[in-house]
Amino acid sequence: MLYRENGQFKTSYRADSAVFPIYQDQLFMAVLLAVSFIALPLLGSEYLFRAILIPFLILSLAALGLNVLVGYCGQISLGTGAFMAVGAYAAYNFQVRVENMPLIASLLLGGLCSTVVGVLFGIPSLRIKGLYLAVATLAAQFFCDWAFLRVQWFTNNSSSGNVSVSNLQVFGLAIESPVQKYLFCLSLVLLFAVLTKNLVRGAIGREWMAMRDMDVAAAVIGIRPVYAKLSAFAVSSFIVGVAGALWGFVHLGSWEPAAFSIDRSFQLLFMVIIGGLGSVMGSFFGAAFIVLLPIFLDGVPRWLGIELSTATASHLTSMVFGALIVFFLIVEPHGLARLWSTAKEKLRLWPFPH
Amino acid sequence: MGFVLETVFGGLMTGMLYSLIALGFVLIYKASGVFNFAQGAMVLFAALAMARFAEWIPYWLGLTNPVLANVLGFAAAFAVMIGVAWLIERLVLSHLVNQEGITLLMATLGVTYFLDGLGQTLFGSDIYKIDVGMPKDPIFLFEKTFEGGVLVNKEDLYAALIAALMVALLSLFFQKTSTGRALRAVADDHQAAQSIGIPLSRIWVIVWSVAGFVALVAGVIWGSKLGVQFSLSLVALKALPVVILGGLTSVPGAIIGGLLIGVGEKVSEVYLGPLMGGGIEIWFAYVLALLFLLVRPQGLFGEKIIDRV
Repeated sequence: MLYRENGQFKTSYRADSAVFPIYQDQLFMAVLLAVSFIALPLLGSEYLFRAILIPFLILSLAALGLNVLVGYCGQISLGTGAFMAVGAYAAYNFQVRVENMPLIASLLLGGLCSTVVGVLFGIPSLRIKGLYLAVATLAAQFFCDWAFLRVQWFTNNSSSGNVSVSNLQVFGLAIESPVQKYLFCLSLVLLFAVLTKNLVRGAIGREWMAMRDMDVAAAVIGIRPVYAKLSAFAVSSFIVGVAGALWGFVHLGSWEPAAFSIDRSFQLLFMVIIGGLGSVMGSFFGAAFIVLLPIFLDGVPRWLGIELSTATASHLTSMVFGALIVFFLIVEPHGLARLWSTAKEKLRLWPFPH
Repeated sequence: MGFVLETVFGGLMTGMLYSLIALGFVLIYKASGVFNFAQGAMVLFAALAMARFAEWIPYWLGLTNPVLANVLGFAAAFAVMIGVAWLIERLVLSHLVNQEGITLLMATLGVTYFLDGLGQTLFGSDIYKIDVGMPKDPIFLFEKTFEGGVLVNKEDLYAALIAALMVALLSLFFQKTSTGRALRAVADDHQAAQSIGIPLSRIWVIVWSVAGFVALVAGVIWGSKLGVQFSLSLVALKALPVVILGGLTSVPGAIIGGLLIGVGEKVSEVYLGPLMGGGIEIWFAYVLALLFLLVRPQGLFGEKIIDRV
């Protein structure tokens, strides 16, 4: 009743290829943007920004990048944490070593460095496939972990690998309070989401999907595997690198290589899979799920009034987390994004049965 | 020269232990096409169970004989691992038949979190000792040929022997028993095996139990070497390059891959490490495996991957 597209005619090619062709979707997005840009900054508490919204946004961005690679191009990567680390440390080096470097420029240059590393570690994907590739990408993870810990130059000769940044500014505006940080992340994430969405529905996105579905067949119909796979690695690691730089600069402020360990890689892969492979929306759902779940699980015993020691609580959390992941994979192997589209299908008919 | 040999020996011994963990991966992958990330968590879980049961059972029954306590502890831990295998098949795998490899991989990661949490909730999260009476004293070989001889840890030697024995036993089991034949049939083709009456679900429980047994042995050996603690589950990360180097579907590959990685890792740490600032053990195995894979994408002994359109 509320959500149906009859009567909405597309009278131009432009209207036909819009991201949100249905009026109700446009309305929903407009409300969502209004809430996130205006209402939340006015109403949200500092805790909400620091602990939930900023991590959620940055991790969505990273998940989006990973989704390009895993969901659209079908190349499983377990080295995402490493690409985030490259982005973060490269951006840090640009920020520290170059006088008056604008923040946006160092973030983007960090992303570019991550692109170079990503393409380098993507080259084996031309020969190695599937699970072999997944394990091989761990090489990137462990190599980068080691490099940022041992090679002093990357960390500006800090002995523990710990680096920090301060005085973030964009176009003369200081980014200090949680609200400012939140708005900065939100704008960047929005920008990248729109770019990615348009990339994946264009020619290059179709090439990636052809590669994912069957690479030999794709090569036969004239898609160059080298170009398709490496461009997916490049785009993916660029986005992931920017996300890594944001994670270091905006969320953490000061960080060490452990912030981008293999656990981060697994976490991002969870987001992509639980959210939905090959879906921009899914990256956000997955990130929300993985960011909120531990916070929720930590809160449950307190609400129920059960006193648990920290060790027991963390073990129980890890158990529930594992069980829920398995549960979600069983219930909806195509991720939360599929649930979303099923819900929309149902809504189109509601309240009539047919 | 003596030092080189010592390094190589050390590498071979560690490599044998990596093979032992890699075996668990290969067994499950061969039989069910699941890349079981939970193998590391199973090693930790099994080792924790063994360590705690070997402590609890004498306390419950009033036993004093340490050998009997260890045997009972081992048996109890094996029973627990069979239970875990059955539960994994029942609750996880049977619901995920015909899903993509990546979904199954993620499911085993979920199992990893669950087992890590469960093991430490049930058995505690301190560092426990497993004492199966492995001799700790070093022995010297080739004392006549080289000055000072080659120092070999007796414990490592026993561990390597046990690992070799395990491999022999498993090959016998796979080649000579009817269950082994059924396992190989399932590995070759699920549908064909099912159509001639091999019950898939039972086979999976058996395979996961065997992998649990391998995990238990690996856990006992590593546990008596390093103590049973959380870091034990990270040893599995070392076994991953072994698996892909040897080939995901090959038992001999797991052994040879393990030895190659073990030796490569030790030799590189000793000779390349000082040049590069040390600690290169962590990534060297992966880069080595990656380089091998560039030449042979299916690993050294893996089945050739044939793409059909």
